[in-house]
Amino acid sequence: MSERVAVRKTYKLFIGGKFPRSESGRSYLVQSANVSLASRKDARDAVVAARAAVKGWAGATAYNRGQILYRVAEMLEGRREQFVALGVPADEVDAAIDRWVWYAGWSDKLPQVYGGANPVAGPYFNLSAPEPTGVVAVVAPEQPALLGLVSVIAPAIVTGNTVVVAASPAQPLAAVTLAEVLATSDLPGGVVNILTGKITETAPALAGHMDVNAIDLTGVTDPSLATELEVKAAENLKRVLRPAPADHDWSADPGITRMTALLETKTVWHPKGT
Amino acid sequence: MFEYAPAPESRAIVDIRSSYGLFIDGEFVDGEHLNKSVNPATEEVLAEVTWAGSEDVDRAVRAARKAYEKVWGPMPGRDRAKYLFRIARLIQERSRELAVLESLDNGKPIKESRDVDLPLVAAHFFYYAGWADKLPHAGFGPDPQPLGVAAQVIPWNFPLLMLAWKIAPALAAGNTVVLKPAETTPLTALLFAEICQQADLPAGVVNIVTGAGDTGRALVEHPGVDKVAFTGSTEVGRAIARSVAGTRKKLTLELGGKAANIVFDDAPIDQAVEGIVNGIFFNQGHVCCAGSRLLVQESVAEQVLESLKRRMALLRVGDPLDKNTDIGAINSADQLARIRELSDAGSAEGAERWSPPCELPERGFWFAPTIFTGVTQAHRVAREEIFGPVLSVLTFRTPAEAVEKANNTPYGLSAGIWTDKGSRILWMADRLRAGVVWANTFNKFDPTSPFGGYKESGYGREGGRHGLEGYLNV
Repeated sequence: MSERVAVRKTYKLFIGGKFPRSESGRSYLVQSANVSLASRKDARDAVVAARAAVKGWAGATAYNRGQILYRVAEMLEGRREQFVALGVPADEVDAAIDRWVWYAGWSDKLPQVYGGANPVAGPYFNLSAPEPTGVVAVVAPEQPALLGLVSVIAPAIVTGNTVVVAASPAQPLAAVTLAEVLATSDLPGGVVNILTGKITETAPALAGHMDVNAIDLTGVTDPSLATELEVKAAENLKRVLRPAPADHDWSADPGITRMTALLETKTVWHPKGT
Repeated sequence: MFEYAPAPESRAIVDIRSSYGLFIDGEFVDGEHLNKSVNPATEEVLAEVTWAGSEDVDRAVRAARKAYEKVWGPMPGRDRAKYLFRIARLIQERSRELAVLESLDNGKPIKESRDVDLPLVAAHFFYYAGWADKLPHAGFGPDPQPLGVAAQVIPWNFPLLMLAWKIAPALAAGNTVVLKPAETTPLTALLFAEICQQADLPAGVVNIVTGAGDTGRALVEHPGVDKVAFTGSTEVGRAIARSVAGTRKKLTLELGGKAANIVFDDAPIDQAVEGIVNGIFFNQGHVCCAGSRLLVQESVAEQVLESLKRRMALLRVGDPLDKNTDIGAINSADQLARIRELSDAGSAEGAERWSPPCELPERGFWFAPTIFTGVTQAHRVAREEIFGPVLSVLTFRTPAEAVEKANNTPYGLSAGIWTDKGSRILWMADRLRAGVVWANTFNKFDPTSPFGGYKESGYGREGGRHGLEGYLNV
């Protein structure tokens, strides 16, 4: 009896709910695997997929979005060992699962906490409510590979945004594996799109893309790149989350600012009368 | 049209100085470069105003920093509140004086400066005064902190109201400010500086540096400011967003708009027409949230246009200080040139132009209320912000088409909906990508109500609890 030959996994991009290779046909060797090296064209394709998903995802009920995020937690729980095998510490996997659960509960609460009736000085109904800004480009933190990634994706999508994420170039396997979790969690295709490869290649394409509404620079460590991306983002006045400080504590209570930074407030007026 | 005898508001109530310095560290200081501020209705010179250079700006920022560190920052919220309440009361007491000066310097009808701008200015200070000692309850955590020195640059369309929108929340949150009014409308800000003195507001908490684009640039690019707030054109907003890139300055922008005002076939036509007129001709159309694109359902288009034209023929254009005036002067020669250029483009591109018979004064900057029909979405008058009394009329058949057309713009500041059907209002309101949606009303403002845009109309909100966020470290 010879020992069974293992079936190895091909690590690919995650765009529109599918797992394509880079259109460029390139890969790079990292964490002992050949990982897709996304091109600017892949970034643009991911934006198209993310834009197409906005209507359905933003239009879904908050209850529905909350259940789907909770489902992500369930699926991740079931794959704990897989992440541990990739080198993610077990307590980090646990924290990542818990973070999905935490954010899942926010979907139908944030509009109450962050919006509300305004007592205007006149006979008018006046209500402010948050809405998703649309397509958000995210540069994920280099580490922690899983908790950092979850901590930037979940707050963006729980309110109805869709995202294109540039994963950590040095530790992309957790990101691709998380994509497999997302693909089996009833999350509609295109809500989360994940690009692996060089930040210097994908992030400028996303920052300058005119159909992206916001950019989260959390994972950008090079200050001059961050400035360059922010300048590009100004072209269509993207909402910008600036890089996180290097000593950011990812295990701390995240608060609500990651969610609110990617929201628009809409205020509706109507006269009262008989 | 009824003939009314002229009913001019007296300008004797305002004492305009022949020249003004900059308001820095609690005092008026003379600068080197004087420029004239004119009355756009007559081209008469009202006063000479200093245009601040970068050294003046630097002095103002340092004064604001000192006041932030020594006085305003450490001051308990309840005391900051009292100063703001004082300012609100002083504005109420001197409201006619301020209204007349606003109409003189800006060209807007006294009816609007007196009945809209000034009441809102006072209300804004009164509203934010109350927040100063309640910040832990504002939903930004138990102990939100101010940012420091705020650089604020405001436009010429609502000079004093925009000042209130900027200064009141900044001070309530515990920041100090350096504010630059627009170069064509600096006078009410300088009178506001006198009010700060009258209120015994500590020196350096509010600094006013007058000037044009260079002064504004020096201010927002000053390394000593922690916060930049700008209201104005999208083009300048973009430049500011670029200039703060790579800094830790917090930025809020309230920029241009090209709002759709959507009229359905079941709307009460007369009310809708009043809303259309208010939407585009209020303040000569110098309103970022103006309803400058009328989307009218095809089946009632003819009827709505007929009523609209009849109503427009009754608008009185003329002396801003006349209490009967509906439409005042265009704020500047430059703005008039811009309105003319875009209107000419409307005609050249094939839209049909109409204005009521309307006699315009010979001196000053004037533009008759104008509508364009037969406008397509490709026309410049449907795409670009005109910022004048010019309405582009388009039609639609279904609610879905109305949404498509309304959202077909890089802007997203406001929108209007006119229909008798409640469910349709809410359906539309959900789908319109705009920060403020007025249903069966238009151009309503209130200090408690957040205002600000989606997309290229900028980011951040002014007004309400939301308006504090831009001035706190959250």
